Amino acid sequence: MPDLGQLFDYQFMVNALEAGGVVAVMAAVVGWFMVVRRQTFAGHTLSVIAFPGAAGAALAGIPVAWGYYAACALGALVLSPAVRGGRSHSSESAVIGTVQAVGLACGFLFVALNHTVLNGLDGILFGTFLGIDAGQVTTLAAVAAATVGLIALAARPLLFASLDAEVAAATGVPVRALGLAFLLVLGLAVAATAQITGSLLVFTLLVTPAATAQVLTARPAAGLAIAVGIALAVTWTGLAIAYYSPYPVGFWITSLSFALYVLARVGRALAARRLRRVALA
Amino acid sequence: MTPAAVQLERAEAVIGGRSIWRDVSLTVGEGEFVSVLGPNGAGKSTLLKAILGLLPLAAGRAEVLGDRPGAHNERIGYLPQRHGFDSSTRVRGADLVRLGLDGGRWGVPLPSWLPGVNGSHAAGARVREVIELVGAGSYAHRSIGDLSGGEQQRLLIAAALVRRPRLLILDEPLDSLDLPNQSTVAALLQRICRSERVAVLLVAHDVNPIQPYLDRVVYFAGGAAAAGRPEEVISSQTLSRLYGVPIEVLRASDGRLVVVGQPEAPHVHTERHA
Repeated sequence: MPDLGQLFDYQFMVNALEAGGVVAVMAAVVGWFMVVRRQTFAGHTLSVIAFPGAAGAALAGIPVAWGYYAACALGALVLSPAVRGGRSHSSESAVIGTVQAVGLACGFLFVALNHTVLNGLDGILFGTFLGIDAGQVTTLAAVAAATVGLIALAARPLLFASLDAEVAAATGVPVRALGLAFLLVLGLAVAATAQITGSLLVFTLLVTPAATAQVLTARPAAGLAIAVGIALAVTWTGLAIAYYSPYPVGFWITSLSFALYVLARVGRALAARRLRRVALA
Repeated sequence: MTPAAVQLERAEAVIGGRSIWRDVSLTVGEGEFVSVLGPNGAGKSTLLKAILGLLPLAAGRAEVLGDRPGAHNERIGYLPQRHGFDSSTRVRGADLVRLGLDGGRWGVPLPSWLPGVNGSHAAGARVREVIELVGAGSYAHRSIGDLSGGEQQRLLIAAALVRRPRLLILDEPLDSLDLPNQSTVAALLQRICRSERVAVLLVAHDVNPIQPYLDRVVYFAGGAAAAGRPEEVISSQTLSRLYGVPIEVLRASDGRLVVVGQPEAPHVHTERHA
């Protein structure tokens, strides 16, 4: 049994645990609404767009963080006309997919143009969990407070618009403005999260805890709480395991959340079968 | 005397320069159950838009809840035409009804067990009350995507009723239901009409499963409309006048009405439209 106290001996590890916790809460809350609104594909595209943003900023010689935020905000604005109402998925997926492809292409172009960033490519795609400084933790906490706060204030109209856009609009909820605002908040959350988890693993924290929570409960408040709980658990456990193992943090976090998702699905299927058997008996 | 829920006098609706219907007069009284009938494209949805104030009348006069259309939409429960929720929609029926009550409200929703949060108790009580009213008590706690079309429809009606509207407008709510379910939902609406004193305006394709429960019907066809008791309006004489061609209304031995000779494709009133 390794001594868990070691985890807190190094400042980089403490920073990673703090940043991971902040990011987990933000991603779980925003992700829960993303899954309810069925904007998972849009969320994935925003995550992918973070990559050219970061690579482009490195190429231009400006702080990489700015690249993340600018790319995700721009992505949210570009996607917003395609992502309507939150419930239909007819032609919008083609538009979103196209944006995603272009984003990836630009990212690889920027990397090819800028040879020095090649070492950083791993970080941009798969995260730099263990290289976070205290200033970054503070910035992350501020962004997380802003996104979670905005979501909390708009929670009911946002849920209403996500489930039943037409009735919500008839009741006076500004459905379209909320849709754009949510995409921007999603972009903000993705940009902040991607700086730690990398562009490809943001998705793990955004979608998997939320999807697992949705499998486990149909109560909105409980679902949000479970999503946050799962995100925190997998992030901290993943960091701890990675500390004692040769494999990367992102792998552990993704695998743990995937395992929980599978467990939840299997558990629910078994429970449903038992219910049916009871009903038949 | 309380004003009528809806009153139209010689009204005309024009969309894109084309007159949809004209010279339409109708009254929906308090607590009355009225169905809006007619073939596709005859202007049934246009009527709903006019009542909600989304489409100004080109001519004539309209009064909704004693005022101009759109002035009191918060006292109108509106159920638009829709497809059902699929099984991936993981929200309880009761949550959907609750959103009908305070889904438009901003600010952090606080749990009722916190000290000083009183309104939440009353809201929860109202949600339970309206769920019992539509008879959805046994499944309102289940995920709405797992429920049948009829069960979803009852919960949506509950969501539209939860704010105690004076007028309830439903756009083809029976379309996705089988015939027995259409009748039970119509019976439920009639009961609510009487007990809650709410006027109900129901757009429907097929009058047969709901006819026994209706007070009046409005039949749109040929750019005009006829309003009155069901047996007056759905008659050979009235429909021939509306369509401008000879129409025959037959009564089958089981009491169903069959309309023969409409200009558009045969419109047998008992058949469901896919």
